[in-house]
Amino acid sequence: MAFGLYDPNYEHDACGVGMVADLHGRPDHDIVDKALTVLERLAHRGASGAEVETGDGAGILVQVPHRFLVGAAEVAGFTLPDAGGYAVGLAFLPIDADDAHKARSLVEQIAGEESLSVLGWRHLPIESEGLGKTALGAMPRIEQLFVAPDGKADTMTVERRAFVLRKRVEHASDDLYFPSLSARTICYKGMLTSEQLREFFPDLRDPDFESGLALVHSRFSTNTFPSWPLAHPYRYLCHNGEINTLAGNRNWMRAREALLETPLIEGDLSRIYPICTPGASDSASFDEVLELLHLGGRSLPHSVLMMIPEAWENHTLMDHERRAFYRYHASLMEPWDGPAAISFTDGTVVGAVLDRNGLRPSRYWVTDDGLVVLASEVGVLDIPPERVVRKGRLQPGRMFLVDTSKGRLVEDEEIKAELAAEHPYDEWLATDQVRLEELPARTMLTPQHGRVVTQQRQFGYTNEELRIIVAPMARAGAEPIGSMGSDTSIAVLSDRSRLLYDYFTQLFAQVTNPPLDAIREELVTSLAATIGPEANLLEARCGSCRQILLPLPVIDRDDLAKLMYVNEHGETPGFKAFAIDGLFDVREAGRAGAPTDVGGEALRRAIDDVRKRVSDAIADGANIIVLSDRNATADWAPIPSLLLTAAIHHHLVREKTRTKVGLVVETGDAREVHHMALLIGFGAAAVNPYLALDSIDDMISEGLLEGVSPRQARRNYIKAACKGVLKVMSKMGISTVASYTGAQVFEAIGLDAGIIDEYFTGTSSRIGGVGLPVLAAEVAERHLRAHEPRPTEQAHRELEVGGEYQWRREGEFHLFNPKTVFKLQHATRSKRYEIFKEYTAAVDDQAEKLGTLRGLLRLKPAEDGPIPLDDVEPISSIMARFSTGAMSYGSISAEAHETLAIAMNRIGGRSNTGEGGEDADRFTPDANGDLRRSAIKQVASGRFGVTGEYLVNADDLQIKISQGAKPGEGGQLPGNKVWPWIAKTRSSTPGVGLISPPPHHDIYSIEDIAQLIHDLKSSNPQARVHVKLVAEVGVGTVAAGVAKAHSDVVLISGHDGGTGAAPLTSLKHAGIPWEIGLAETQQTLLVNGLRDRIVVQVDGQLKTGRDVLIGALLGAEEYGFASAPLVVSGCIMMRVCHLDTCPVGIATQTPALRKKFSGKPEFVETFFEYVAEEVRELLASLGLRSLDEAIGRVDLLDTEAAIGHWKASGLDLSSVLAEPDVPETMGRRQLRLQDHGLEKALDHQFKDACAPALDGRGPVSMELPISNVDRTVGTLLGSEISRRFGAAGLADDTISLTFFGSAGQSFGAFVPRGVTMRLYGDANDYFGKGLSGGRLIVRPPLASPFVAEEQIIAGNVILYGATAGEVFIRGQVGERFCVRNSGATAVVEGVGDHGCEYMTGGLVVVLGPTGRNFAAGMSGGVAYVYDPTRSFGQRVNLELVDVEPLDASDSFRVRSLVERHGVETESAVAARLLEHWDTEVLEFVKVMPRDYRRILEATRLAEAEGRSVDEAVMVAAHG
Amino acid sequence: MGKTTGFMEHGRELPRRRPVPVRLRDWKEVYEPFPEESTKLQGARCMDCGIPFCHDGCPLGNLIPEWNDLVYRDDWPEAMERLHATNNFPEFTGRLCPAPCEAACVLGINEDPVTIERIEYEIVERAWSEGWVTPQQPTVHTGSSVAVVGSGPAGLAAAQQLVRAGHLVTVFERAERPGGLLRYGIPEFKMEKAVLDRRLAQMEAEGVTFVCSTSVGGVADAGSPSGDRVIEPGEERGLGSACAPGVQVRSAAEVRAAFDAVVLAGGATLPRDLPVPGRELDGVHYALEYLKPANLVQEGALAASPITAAGKRVVIIGGGDTGADCLGTAHRQGAASVHQFEIMPEPPSDRLADNPWPIWPLILRSSAAHEEGGERLFSVTTTEFVDDGSGAVRALRGHTVEMRTEGGRPVFEVVPGTEFELECELVLLAMGFLGTERRNAVDELGVEVGPRGNVAADREWATNVEGVFVCGDQTRGQSLIVWAIAEGRSCAAAVDRWLMGTTSLPAPIVPGQLAMR
Repeated sequence: MAFGLYDPNYEHDACGVGMVADLHGRPDHDIVDKALTVLERLAHRGASGAEVETGDGAGILVQVPHRFLVGAAEVAGFTLPDAGGYAVGLAFLPIDADDAHKARSLVEQIAGEESLSVLGWRHLPIESEGLGKTALGAMPRIEQLFVAPDGKADTMTVERRAFVLRKRVEHASDDLYFPSLSARTICYKGMLTSEQLREFFPDLRDPDFESGLALVHSRFSTNTFPSWPLAHPYRYLCHNGEINTLAGNRNWMRAREALLETPLIEGDLSRIYPICTPGASDSASFDEVLELLHLGGRSLPHSVLMMIPEAWENHTLMDHERRAFYRYHASLMEPWDGPAAISFTDGTVVGAVLDRNGLRPSRYWVTDDGLVVLASEVGVLDIPPERVVRKGRLQPGRMFLVDTSKGRLVEDEEIKAELAAEHPYDEWLATDQVRLEELPARTMLTPQHGRVVTQQRQFGYTNEELRIIVAPMARAGAEPIGSMGSDTSIAVLSDRSRLLYDYFTQLFAQVTNPPLDAIREELVTSLAATIGPEANLLEARCGSCRQILLPLPVIDRDDLAKLMYVNEHGETPGFKAFAIDGLFDVREAGRAGAPTDVGGEALRRAIDDVRKRVSDAIADGANIIVLSDRNATADWAPIPSLLLTAAIHHHLVREKTRTKVGLVVETGDAREVHHMALLIGFGAAAVNPYLALDSIDDMISEGLLEGVSPRQARRNYIKAACKGVLKVMSKMGISTVASYTGAQVFEAIGLDAGIIDEYFTGTSSRIGGVGLPVLAAEVAERHLRAHEPRPTEQAHRELEVGGEYQWRREGEFHLFNPKTVFKLQHATRSKRYEIFKEYTAAVDDQAEKLGTLRGLLRLKPAEDGPIPLDDVEPISSIMARFSTGAMSYGSISAEAHETLAIAMNRIGGRSNTGEGGEDADRFTPDANGDLRRSAIKQVASGRFGVTGEYLVNADDLQIKISQGAKPGEGGQLPGNKVWPWIAKTRSSTPGVGLISPPPHHDIYSIEDIAQLIHDLKSSNPQARVHVKLVAEVGVGTVAAGVAKAHSDVVLISGHDGGTGAAPLTSLKHAGIPWEIGLAETQQTLLVNGLRDRIVVQVDGQLKTGRDVLIGALLGAEEYGFASAPLVVSGCIMMRVCHLDTCPVGIATQTPALRKKFSGKPEFVETFFEYVAEEVRELLASLGLRSLDEAIGRVDLLDTEAAIGHWKASGLDLSSVLAEPDVPETMGRRQLRLQDHGLEKALDHQFKDACAPALDGRGPVSMELPISNVDRTVGTLLGSEISRRFGAAGLADDTISLTFFGSAGQSFGAFVPRGVTMRLYGDANDYFGKGLSGGRLIVRPPLASPFVAEEQIIAGNVILYGATAGEVFIRGQVGERFCVRNSGATAVVEGVGDHGCEYMTGGLVVVLGPTGRNFAAGMSGGVAYVYDPTRSFGQRVNLELVDVEPLDASDSFRVRSLVERHGVETESAVAARLLEHWDTEVLEFVKVMPRDYRRILEATRLAEAEGRSVDEAVMVAAHG
Repeated sequence: MGKTTGFMEHGRELPRRRPVPVRLRDWKEVYEPFPEESTKLQGARCMDCGIPFCHDGCPLGNLIPEWNDLVYRDDWPEAMERLHATNNFPEFTGRLCPAPCEAACVLGINEDPVTIERIEYEIVERAWSEGWVTPQQPTVHTGSSVAVVGSGPAGLAAAQQLVRAGHLVTVFERAERPGGLLRYGIPEFKMEKAVLDRRLAQMEAEGVTFVCSTSVGGVADAGSPSGDRVIEPGEERGLGSACAPGVQVRSAAEVRAAFDAVVLAGGATLPRDLPVPGRELDGVHYALEYLKPANLVQEGALAASPITAAGKRVVIIGGGDTGADCLGTAHRQGAASVHQFEIMPEPPSDRLADNPWPIWPLILRSSAAHEEGGERLFSVTTTEFVDDGSGAVRALRGHTVEMRTEGGRPVFEVVPGTEFELECELVLLAMGFLGTERRNAVDELGVEVGPRGNVAADREWATNVEGVFVCGDQTRGQSLIVWAIAEGRSCAAAVDRWLMGTTSLPAPIVPGQLAMR
């Protein structure tokens, strides 16, 4: 179904998951009924597409309802054996009768071969009336298959034979699918909405249809392509989440097949290969491997833990045996990494597990009569409070299990302890596993000093790379930072010889799954992995872990020597290394600009040769393969190590010998983080970047790198490289290098399909590009530099100067260069359109220098000639579509920020606050009529200054998921820019750097963004809600998901944009040009029928009218500019925004530099007028009267002949220009508004009643019932208050609302002062999100029998981004409590992991247990933790905070809060503490951020001495 | 990357110029030594820009941020390497260049720019004094031979690049010693000639052969007893003024035949004349007629200049650099008074709105020579030289003009009632140059000359004659030394490519490339 740029492989889904079980597994129809109710109550977590009546999928997995089936079979005319003696399952057959007949025959034939007999096919009753057209159109013929073993066989034998049958059938036929085929469980599912499932399958309503347990699932897909099999559950599980390492996991699994053996499955296993069905979804593949592990002899929980181990690597508190269990299994299999809540069942046990990050919510209840309910949300089943004896939540890495055979819950500890005790894993490891540091030391000869320069030339090193990349890494152990995006040509458009690495960009998580926070949540990550042969996955034995443990994937030369000469003298038996040179004959490979086929052929032959020799070596027993490019000669040049690594990796995967060896790469070309990441991502277990390390030695001896010893410098470099790799992994949401290895989370831009298919199999490369001849020529060019025939021609020029990061004449082409910057500034300042045209010509005319993909596109002039310019819409209506980019106040100065705002308000466009809040004084017009308010208010992961007042003062609310400069990462504002006035707007601590979290902690999945959109819409119903994405493969499907999540606007950013600071790796190597992303978005939205309900915006290095028009033709109706208006304002691309030294007063807060700001709103106005005027001219030339007529008109574009260019001539942009075959009537631009469903909000039931309070007619109070479907309660009311009263709100308690029941997500979000909301019951995630002064109290219902402080009463991510207000919670809560709180006060009786993360202000009192990683990234505010067991010290992250006893004023403060907590919640804990306050107060500790303390003290001192507080604070901060 | 806050902490500082009375007496260069520490702090002012406009403003593409930083970090040898990466003769540009780099310096937007030129000077002078500048002798010889005609900065740059590419290079110079304007145009107080000589020695060590007192093409003076003085048919005065007495003539065809390639680098030596009544009077000279003998005196090759300003009232017509060179020379020779005329109005002291950063600022510039005395007159034109009765000039007559532009070209109109007469004994015409001389290799080989009087070059620096290339002022027209070096380097790359099919020589510019405007 792939079309144009749309590829179904990039579909994502997420969902609501539910489970209902009887502790004893007593079959009852009531369980089924309840499960279906749970599903219906999770409807808001699913989605529907263009048609509301077509769902994305829903299903249920239950025990085989034997009693019911016996009856049904009888009706169908056959008899069933005893329960467990047969397997049954739904079958999705072809609609066509003949095809269906053939399919049945196929099943029967294979069944026969597998010693099974088909008992019968039951025509399954269905009621399809309510289904939408799309679902109906794709609906298969649904029957039910019954098979039984020939002869006697136990249930597991039946199960295994049915498994083999199902596998074989699925491989043999494309249009035959079994949701399940099992003797123990059965799955009913389809392309249905949650509500439809019950209606569609009458079986499910039959009172005889009984089960003791049930899993249900409602799917939210990013698109609406009709598919019935994609619904969950699968055979063993429901999955909420996404497997990010899927490509690697599948490849490894495929390679492992050769080693699989088990006596439990009869016959040759190869007949069921491949285990992972190609093209299946991540959940399906996960299910297939889980199934294999389980049927191969492991229990289901054991199998699950092999695939989703908890974060054991850095878990210091974990017991020894359990660690050994994980360590052992890590040598068998890499984790399937990515956010996941998996609920699973084999019919007897039913459980759920959360991945190591815990990024999916799961809550459970147990009743006094043995009913267990687990779901993504609390409150999905109405159970009288007095029956509920336990309320809990699933914790990261923990398993929740009901064993119906035992009739009880099995606690996580017990499950794991039992599994860990099964085998002497620890002994096995001690015998077999070798640590790298234990290997005998070998010394590697340091290469001759004189060779370093030759090698550097050989591998294309530039002075710039040494200066900007390598030296800082070696000096500081950290990755270098840059600013202002990237405006250089991508590799395939570059005239220069580029490294193969440059043709790949990193993929990153956006919306459908979160990036990780590798900085603050490091404890879940691991860079360690093993290298060496793997053994049979299905067998647990000593010897399976004969591997070497590598602590880091980047190794120095001594470590390399250890591996290369391992067991040289027989001292480490079981290992054998084989090193091979990866070189090719370069003599006739041409050079840059002149590739030759001979060169390409030589490269291909050389790779083939290495492949063959590696295979031979493996046959000979080698299990460590070292690929080296060290020994190049005058005639033999290095094969690009990435090409070589990937080529060998895929060759061995195909040969199925891959798991027999570990790949080590000894390479001179790798020096950047991106390079290491690619090598690992395409299969390397270890990388030795020898030349980078040699270069460091050389720089030190040449005096270019000072203040660090060579040894320390090399160590620093490796540390920086590894940290960088971790960050690249985390952008994709991958936590362990073991699962990152070979995961191929990259996209190629500009590589020919031939190369991709052969060497980078499975990687996306959508516009074609260069082949081996060009790659060979690029190497040849560098090779020539190393072997100049006349060396003195390059006298005084050891290395090339560079020019990628800073413009240089001999370097890469930049769109912003001296000429374009000058012309642009001159034109707009002197108001001369003719000079502006010189500027746009210099940007647009890419005949010689190819800067952008759009440079390759040609506008087709109207056949009848241009229309008169006067007929084209005026510039005013064009300018209304313009906006400026998100640049925060803080990253840029007030002068620069307000200049843009004033200009955009004058021209009717929109400026953007960026992620830094906005001063309230900008909300009202100035005396001269200018408005300094930014129309677009950004909501980013840091939520800086996101208050109710901020939100109501917006025309657009923009959710920043990613930004072009560094997708997958949070923003960062270095401490030297956080001047007191910036800190004030952001509610943070002056002088303390601000890092916003990589993920939005309320967006872990697509249904979460739907929730945030709903929250924001509720906070300001008049504003449009945007979602900002960055182009990468699959962005179209994400955009479709966003459209389904009811976003009003989706913004597609190019990879190259970006004004703020970013790690250079991200700046250069993440994301793709917007041309591709935008086209993919337009195509995907059209194909899904979603285009007409959403506005599409584009940005990323837009500079001219032509850029705008190309954007329009590719499908965008609005256009964002950032760099260009900054240049107009005076920016000269210093690219030091992160240093606070901007010499033109833009990206700085330093008062002296701000004075140098020379921009004026008039200049910016002129710029946009000119751009709009150009747009008009171009529209006229195309014969179009308005931009509306241009949107999506790809037929007006043509591929400019790039034929002359030695690289770009291989590009094929036809997929970018593809037009989906959809009816003419289908809207190609936004024509209708999204239905936000705000009218259903609970707020409408009390808003009117609250009116008197708003009119000053006295307080109001009300009581109401509430349930989990009531989401974002209080926010609509709050928005009215904020609109009328601003930040001040109303007097405390003016409005008092009391609710009974389970509150839906985002209870009390952004509620301002004056509103008090009491909840008797419990609450879901995002409770108190962005609280802006209101008061929230939650306590158990009066009837609850349990001990409140032991139960979970509210969910994850409470008070995210709160700025003010108070919260009292009687009971415990989930993960990330008070994340990014900057002003609210909260009392709670226990929190999960990562409490008070990133907090910058406010006050938190925890009266119960805390999870791990408390106070990570906390730079402001104070927390008090009650710690009678003195265990808090192990759980707090001490990087930024001190833990200390309370002083007198603290005690007073805590006591008064505990007293209030008691009053508000009747807390038993509070009562107990107060009773013995004098002794209990000693059990409290205070968590104090060090920076915060320093600033408080400086402030106090300055005030006392009458000095300027601002200056004192900055001095203290910098000191 | 230097010091990130250097520009906020340190101001622009240059070495002091020596006291006027002292320097007028000794003809030596005018700057006092600059302490190393001061140079480093000036280097620290460099902001290491994302777009170093200086690096673009410099025709050579000097790696200015790189060496500024290296100087700041005290790595002088590496700074010298980086300096020579783009510039064969930084000691020339470090003294003589008007520094378009500094005009383009980003710091110059709102502060004083970095003292780029001075830092360049300090690096290269240190390199010479430390002995770091060594011959880069080619290790591979191609067997091809190249003749370079003219030894000014363009010819020297081309020659050095070509010899490093392994070719046999011979430089022909019609004057008695190599260097062209560097030697005979630039006065000693701007660049002492020892600076030129040490570089020439390096080039000779690298293998360049200099053949002086030899004109390629031209006609021998039949009237000369030896028959070896070149005369220029047409007899415009001043032509051939740079020739040595007793110059040899080699036929252009013969030279072309003897070498695999020929590079013309003969400059734009035709001076602009002022054809007004009295032009023929004694005491009215072209600037170069005046400057060359003055330099020969300093070199010791001439006891006294036949044209001296000593005790005379001097008028220099032309307000440019050559005029300033005359000014400084006249003062050193002991002129009684000096007036410098400029027909254009006095430029503003700061940039006007239509002349923004980073392009060349059209502002009033005062060189060291201006500080030594003399009077500058703007908006004046000369209409007549007045005979003292003996055939020598006694005075000149002129008047004030008003400039307006007509069709993009300036037109000067007399301001009525402003006529004046100024007594003088020496008048120096420094009004620029009109292009290449032709009665030499140009005409002999049939080399095409473009409409502006310069030899035409294609994209590969080739003239219309096979194997004959051109660079420097001879194709560009009168220009700056920094452009000449850039042309010579670029032309060398083209010649190398023509000879060898491929080249690794850098080429900073393309023919006809102009500064940004």
